[in-house]
Amino acid sequence: MEFLEVQGIYKSFGNVEVLRGIDFSLSKGEVLSIIGSSGSGKTTLLRCLNLLEKADAGTISVNGEIIIDAKEEDSYTDKEIRDKRLRMGLVFQQFNLFPQYNVIDNLTLAPKLRVKEDKSLTKEEKAEKIEAIIKEAEELLASVGLSDKAKSYPCEISGGQQQRVAIARALMLKPDILCFDEPTSALDPELTGEVLRVIKELKSGDRTMIIVTHEMEFAKNVSDKVIFMADGVIEEMGEPNQMFSNPKSEKLKAFLQKSDEKF
Amino acid sequence: MTFWQVTLNLLDGFGMTCAIFALTLVFALPLGLIISFGSMSKFKPLKAVVRVFVWIIRGVPLMLQLFIVFYLPGFLFGSPIFNRFTATIIAFSINYACYFSEIYRAGIEAIPRGQIEAGQVLGMTRFQIFTRITLMQVIKRIVPPMGNEIITLVKDTALARVIVVVEILFVAEELMAHAIIWPLFYTAVFYLAFVGVLTLLFGWFEKKLSYYKV
Ligand SMILES: Nc1ncnc2c1ncn2[C@@H]1O[C@H](COP(=O)(O)OP(=O)(O)O)[C@@H](O)[C@H]1O
Ligand SMILES: [Mg+2]
Repeated sequence: MEFLEVQGIYKSFGNVEVLRGIDFSLSKGEVLSIIGSSGSGKTTLLRCLNLLEKADAGTISVNGEIIIDAKEEDSYTDKEIRDKRLRMGLVFQQFNLFPQYNVIDNLTLAPKLRVKEDKSLTKEEKAEKIEAIIKEAEELLASVGLSDKAKSYPCEISGGQQQRVAIARALMLKPDILCFDEPTSALDPELTGEVLRVIKELKSGDRTMIIVTHEMEFAKNVSDKVIFMADGVIEEMGEPNQMFSNPKSEKLKAFLQKSDEKF
Repeated sequence: MTFWQVTLNLLDGFGMTCAIFALTLVFALPLGLIISFGSMSKFKPLKAVVRVFVWIIRGVPLMLQLFIVFYLPGFLFGSPIFNRFTATIIAFSINYACYFSEIYRAGIEAIPRGQIEAGQVLGMTRFQIFTRITLMQVIKRIVPPMGNEIITLVKDTALARVIVVVEILFVAEELMAHAIIWPLFYTAVFYLAFVGVLTLLFGWFEKKLSYYKV
């Protein structure tokens, strides 16, 4: 059994079938890129993985443990859903930093709350854990090159810096799998590089990641596996070199040709 | 009557004006939040009832609502239930709660979905998301319209005189019976001073919240 197993995911909005049977698996430390034209269901798939949408059918298991079973999703308690969500991290296209908190507080807000609500801890233990959280946040900020911005507010830093903060914030919860939904699409071209570099560094740190992206060159370099989605199904899946230099399906050929034309 | 005698008389009435103002805020601010939750409820019948209620309260003159709260119980049951002051506070609180609820609703609905989802994927509870993420952003958004509404409340308190609550304008009108008319115009000074203080207060608060952008 692979580290991540996604089986038979279906999702409709009204009578529009957006995902029509998605199956794939991923080993620990592997990076998967998902490409495909807009509207093919990539965001919806990531949202199902993070329980922001309820899949109509299918299962998702991590490390041999079923974390989402669409049949049972209605019976999950709020607490269960929250715990399940923490197995996955999600970095949004629009960053979604909390504007009223400075950078370091954006990182520490959620983990601190988890410590505070843990009734099994004594006051001293809580204080210790919170100190550790702050230290960790500082280290993560350093690793994305933003130590000097710890006290800045999101409106005071560039989009590229905001997205790097968002990545560090997602890492604070130590997700098994980190998902990115077009992390550079909202950025000016000159700012995409710094974000992609950070993601690349995470790969060398053995992070398991799923990246929805339109940056073909990046997808080719960073991924162990590529999925091409079209109309809610996986049209083609394989190794990046083979996918990009020798696509099998007509749809992928057309898609790659179109994305080449853009440059 | 000397200037000082008039001033003291008016100050008495102004005390009542301030009492109506303060108590209305105390009740209407939280009640408005409850009404706004009702008007955004996913439970359709509740939402419909609340929205119709808000429509009625906002659609009928506050003066008429004062009459209704004060006189209707007496008309129906033979004896009044509320004294004049209580009736005033009830009518004002309900009326202002409805206006506040619409401001709250607009503020809450303007929060980008992504803010809430970011909290969700970080494993926060709904309560934590509301108190730690949404609330501060809602407050920042609603300070200007709330400032407006609260300043309107200062002047609306004058309506209470229709059910013979002795607020400042009522006192001034009484003095007219003694053939002195200038105290009526003098009341404007009190209102202006009150509104001036509120304006400064809201300005200060807006500035304090300006360290971030939503
Ligand atoms: N909440 C929703 N309600 C209705 N339709 C939706 C919703 N979310 C996505 N869709 C539809 O699902 C399809 C796939 O969307 P999405 O997953 O965002 O695609 P992608 O990320 O690949 O561009 C689109 O046709 C979109 O209009
Ligand atoms: Mg998308």
